[in-house]
Amino acid sequence: MPIRKIITFLAALSLAVTTALPAFAAGDVTLLNVSYDPTRELYQDVNTAFAQHWQKKTGQKVTVKQSHGGSGKQARAVIDGLDADVVTLALAYDIDAIADKGLIKPGWQKELPHNSSPYTSTIVFLVRKGNPKKIKNWDDLVKPGVSVITPNPKTSGGARWNYLAAWAFAKHQPGGNDTKAREFVQRLYKNVPVLDSGARGSTNTFVQRGLGDVLLAWENEAFLAINELGPDKFEIVTPSESILAEPPITIVDKVVDKKGTRKVAEEYLKFLYSDEGQKIAAKHYYRPTSKKVATKLAKVKLYTIDQVFGGWRSAQKTHFADGGVFDQITGATK
Amino acid sequence: MPAPTTTYTRKTPGGRRITEPALVRWGLTAIALAFLALFLALPLAAVFSQAFEKGFAVYLAAIREPDTLSSVKLTLITAAVAVPLNLVFGVMASWAIAKFSFPGKNLLITLIDLPFSVSPVISGLIYVLIFGRQGWLGPFLEAHDIRIVFAVPGIILATIFVTFPFIARELIPLMESQGKDEEEAALVLGASGLQTFFRVTFPNIKWGIIYGVILCNARAMGEFGAVSVVSGHIRGSTNTVPLHVEILYNEYNYTAAFAVASLLAFLALVTLMIKTIAEWKVREQLE
Repeated sequence: MPIRKIITFLAALSLAVTTALPAFAAGDVTLLNVSYDPTRELYQDVNTAFAQHWQKKTGQKVTVKQSHGGSGKQARAVIDGLDADVVTLALAYDIDAIADKGLIKPGWQKELPHNSSPYTSTIVFLVRKGNPKKIKNWDDLVKPGVSVITPNPKTSGGARWNYLAAWAFAKHQPGGNDTKAREFVQRLYKNVPVLDSGARGSTNTFVQRGLGDVLLAWENEAFLAINELGPDKFEIVTPSESILAEPPITIVDKVVDKKGTRKVAEEYLKFLYSDEGQKIAAKHYYRPTSKKVATKLAKVKLYTIDQVFGGWRSAQKTHFADGGVFDQITGATK
Repeated sequence: MPAPTTTYTRKTPGGRRITEPALVRWGLTAIALAFLALFLALPLAAVFSQAFEKGFAVYLAAIREPDTLSSVKLTLITAAVAVPLNLVFGVMASWAIAKFSFPGKNLLITLIDLPFSVSPVISGLIYVLIFGRQGWLGPFLEAHDIRIVFAVPGIILATIFVTFPFIARELIPLMESQGKDEEEAALVLGASGLQTFFRVTFPNIKWGIIYGVILCNARAMGEFGAVSVVSGHIRGSTNTVPLHVEILYNEYNYTAAFAVASLLAFLALVTLMIKTIAEWKVREQLE
């Protein structure tokens, strides 16, 4: 190929590149919502509705971009410079980690109602159609011959909720205490054949690879899996008791102040608490916090993390830190 | 590098011709083909059959989805920046290494090979450590409102790093085997350095360059690990095609995932074809 042709080709290429870069119209505003894995469908709907709401209110066009991944990984990315205007993560501990770096004001969780969680969720069981192993409650999971699929609590936010839900159940049984709960959880993890690194990985293991008798999953994940993959293959079992999972939301102060997007970001979070936002959450199988919005989800007795574990920081330190209870019990099962 | 043509017949030191029995010859060929079918053809067929499982209309819709199109665009931009830069660098480095001797030459060769030996995840992380908010240059970049990681520049940087050795690694042996007689003749006849390069060296290595570019491009478009670390996974702006495939798969959107994956598979096939032609021409150039 003669040199001239190569140069013409490169010039054409660079022209294509520059024209391909998006042009930003003046006055439009873009928000970035950094979230965890299973919320994609939820926020797609929320973002469309919010764009209409904001345009009606101010005449300004807003685009909300989404980024999803494991909750801990996403927090890490924000700490390392991902310019999130708002974070909507799986658990408060991950937002605390961002706050510890000075990007979010301390005391963020008191800024919005219900511990800054506009919707809640819980942990339920997904079993194969007909429930061949007759799994009804947490104590069925530790029976011999039952294979349980749950991700690794070291890396997955959802997995930590699973673990803590099992612990809370055992502790609240007649005669239950922390020692009994520890034994219970240890027996449960003996029944786990594989620890995936994230919630979606575990769902794929259970659904696609056909491993295990029961999948511990976010309630909304379980419904999504059934809707996407066929109600003829799986069914949901809601245990008598579970944990109240509060996925919190907040503004990343340092980013919004720099970008000048505080107002619209605050409105975005408030929108999640509005009737419209709550309805969208309910539609995606989250439990709305507003009493005005109906939910079709089954009633469950729910324990909070503050009640049973004294908050996320303490739960993290006791159970999931290196050398913590999870390491001890899984080390013992090996 | 072109492999020497295989012959079934060879001579023992004594001069006696020996031939492997037909059974062994066919057996070995069959094993190799079965292996290829199992590990290459079958997965490739699976990608395309899954992609078209729900028909051509669904396939087309999956490709035309805005997030998919934006991932294709980003991948093309990334390759369009990374490949030419690595081309310029690769040609300069291999010219210097093959035609001149200077102190530190071996060190340079080792450094060029570095990205091959480093895990892609590490390649991504080094950029986060340097350009991230908590990184060495983080405060400076933040003060000047420059975004590198979790934006397009970071993706391009990581891709350049990972694809760094491809062109140089292809050209160095080719240029070394060609020697420097022709260049020396050109210089003696009064050609300048640049003239020597464009009139003498370049025509000799052009097929090698194309071979290197095509490999470099394939890797630039297909890189997952390093890009995943610096991407930030913002839908419609920092997801490349391989990242988008993983996301679609994780969203139970299997048909769309395989449809987008089939784009990459198609790219691989085209690459393979051009590579075969280039390889053939390189061999011609060597003779």
